[in-house]
Amino acid sequence: MSGLSIENVSMRFDLPNGTSVQALKDVSLHLNEGELMSVLGPSGCGKTTLLNIIAGFLAPTEGEIVLNHHKVVGPNAERGMVFQQGALFEWMDVRDNVSFGPRMKRQKEAEWGEYVDHLLAVTGLAEFKDKAIYELSGGMQQRVALARCLANDPDVILMDEPLGALDALTREKMQGLVLKLWKETGKTIILITHSVEEAVLLGERLVVMAPRPGRIHKEYRLPFADMGVGADLREVKHANGYAETREEILEMIWDMEEEIMGRTEAQQ
Amino acid sequence: MIGFAILLVYIAIFAGSFLAVRFLVRKTTRDFTALKTVTFGDESAVSANRIASVVSVVTIFLIWGSFTGSAWVPGFLHAPGPFVGDTSFSYTSEAPDGRRDDATVFVRVVGFGEPTEKFEVDPGAGFAHDDAVSMPASRSSTILFDKNDEITRKDGAHIIAIDGKPIMPGGELRTDAGRFVLTEKGAISFSPPAGLQMEPIWLPPPERVVERVVEIASEGYRGSTLWQHLGYSLFRVIAGFFFGALLGIPLGYAMGLSDWFRGWFEPIVEFMRPVPPLALIPLVIIWFGIGETGKIILLFLASLWIMAISARAGVSGVNISKVHAAYSLGASKSQIMRHVIMPNSLPEIFTGARVAMGVCWGTVVAAELVAASEGAGMMIMVASKFQLTDIVLMGIILIGVIGFGIDILMRKAENFLVPWKGRS
Ligand SMILES: Nc1ncnc2c1ncn2[C@@H]1O[C@H](COP(=O)(O)OP(=O)(O)OP(=O)(O)O)[C@@H](O)[C@H]1O
Ligand SMILES: [Mg+2]
Repeated sequence: MSGLSIENVSMRFDLPNGTSVQALKDVSLHLNEGELMSVLGPSGCGKTTLLNIIAGFLAPTEGEIVLNHHKVVGPNAERGMVFQQGALFEWMDVRDNVSFGPRMKRQKEAEWGEYVDHLLAVTGLAEFKDKAIYELSGGMQQRVALARCLANDPDVILMDEPLGALDALTREKMQGLVLKLWKETGKTIILITHSVEEAVLLGERLVVMAPRPGRIHKEYRLPFADMGVGADLREVKHANGYAETREEILEMIWDMEEEIMGRTEAQQ
Repeated sequence: MIGFAILLVYIAIFAGSFLAVRFLVRKTTRDFTALKTVTFGDESAVSANRIASVVSVVTIFLIWGSFTGSAWVPGFLHAPGPFVGDTSFSYTSEAPDGRRDDATVFVRVVGFGEPTEKFEVDPGAGFAHDDAVSMPASRSSTILFDKNDEITRKDGAHIIAIDGKPIMPGGELRTDAGRFVLTEKGAISFSPPAGLQMEPIWLPPPERVVERVVEIASEGYRGSTLWQHLGYSLFRVIAGFFFGALLGIPLGYAMGLSDWFRGWFEPIVEFMRPVPPLALIPLVIIWFGIGETGKIILLFLASLWIMAISARAGVSGVNISKVHAAYSLGASKSQIMRHVIMPNSLPEIFTGARVAMGVCWGTVVAAELVAASEGAGMMIMVASKFQLTDIVLMGIILIGVIGFGIDILMRKAENFLVPWKGRS
């Protein structure tokens, strides 16, 4: 099966004080090529852990990740990552950041120059390409991070709350951009977010995770991402079923949070 | 006494210029800070007042010139100088048989650094004869008034009054001429008014220091010109720092990247870090002598630990997201080293380099104070043995200026090479 398979992945952190945290338990998922899946869940349910395992930064205690018939054993250029912030290289200008991947593969500028400039244009960074990173706003920095990931042409793009630090307006524009780039490039994307609205809007598939131990609670297949490509995202929010789905998921996560709070209160 | 006067003048100028500038200079800056209503407690709203800096430096030179009678400071700003010139007082001697006689002592007070000159006066009538004494300014002189008298202290004569005012042995008296103390043995100790100025042997006026700079720059001191002395010190610092950085930075990287290196070197670095380089001077002299090798090794050791620690801090300070991002963009270990870890550690390394340069500069001067045949420290040490205060001051000022210059250069280089420092 081509695509990305998460097969019975469990992750246990053994703490120095002898106890251990079961961050993930028996998580299985399959993503076809070109699917966009958003992941939701209360804080501490193992979303970041799962993403780090897929990226290859962590080895799971059980199970494995298989991408296009190969077992994942470490970080690799076929799985790109977009971090929330602080992952850009301040000592390079915008264009050098975006072309980092190809340059590390020792490709000549003739090979990547055109595509990098195209990405800079699509993300609206063309006139800032010679600027230093610290001269950019937060939204621009996230566009650089997105372009940098795409320039490397990975098979899978992993995003951990990439828009979490942005203001509402910038965030909305970036959501449109993510959808546009997704359709244009046909990449497989996993997007972690805390915003239910964003998850419903962008996720062709949506996974809600539950905590303690971290596991998949519910899966959805949603039409809104396809509707949103090239359209006004605010219109999509009025589409049939959007509000209902959003409310249902909000309720679900709310209940889980309540339960966590209740449990900690009971412990005290 | 002088110290107290200087402190008062300094505080007066500080407060006076503050009020004057406040009154005269309207705040004309229209930048963002000018619009802040909360400035007290907002550190970013505090920037050095340049007028204050200029007045501060001018004040130091003014006080220096004023209390040393400098030719560069107009006379009316001079602190009262010591009495110089001719003065006289009379004493009344009483013979054992009760006879009394007055005699005058003529005193010629010569200025700082001038030779005293003997002169003669007419002895006058009576058994007490007039005396002539020459003495340096701002000092006390014991006057053996009865040397030329017909009835001396040995014969039983003793002083009962000076300038008509009675005085006893051990007693003290002040007149317009100055201060008199009658010693237990009955001699007169006379101090003309000392004023508030410093003697050049303690603090020479600024022009004397500048003259010394010119003189030593052209003629040299102890076999080397001024520039050779300073050049030697600077060369040692740069050589020592160069080798310290050359070894220290890779060492710090290794400690930041490998368990084994960190485990191996941590006890050594942690042990050596708190040992002040000055404490190593005796050992270095025993091992390597007082030549260049010893000095450079000392400075190498002084900068090695600082550079190693800052390079290690630079590596551990790298945001793990950057490393992860680089790996998932396909970078190899050596590429991560070259394109992520090294540039990311540059700000820390520059901070370390500035500290190391400062420590090296201080250490080299101290090492030269102990033993050297040339160098800034050696210059002031030898000069102090001969009480050449002007050379000592010149050396201290030049050492300060050079140290300051080094730091400014390092900061300029830092702004140029790591413009992102503190901005991410
Ligand atoms: N390195 C680690 N050592 C020990 N425990 C860890 C480690 N990393 C994560 N955990 C634990 O694993 C659990 C899941 O963490 P994770 O960061 O994946 O949550 P998350 O869903 O990403 O939360 P958030 O939404 O707040 O980012 C948490 O209970 C956390 O305490
Ligand atoms: Mg997380």
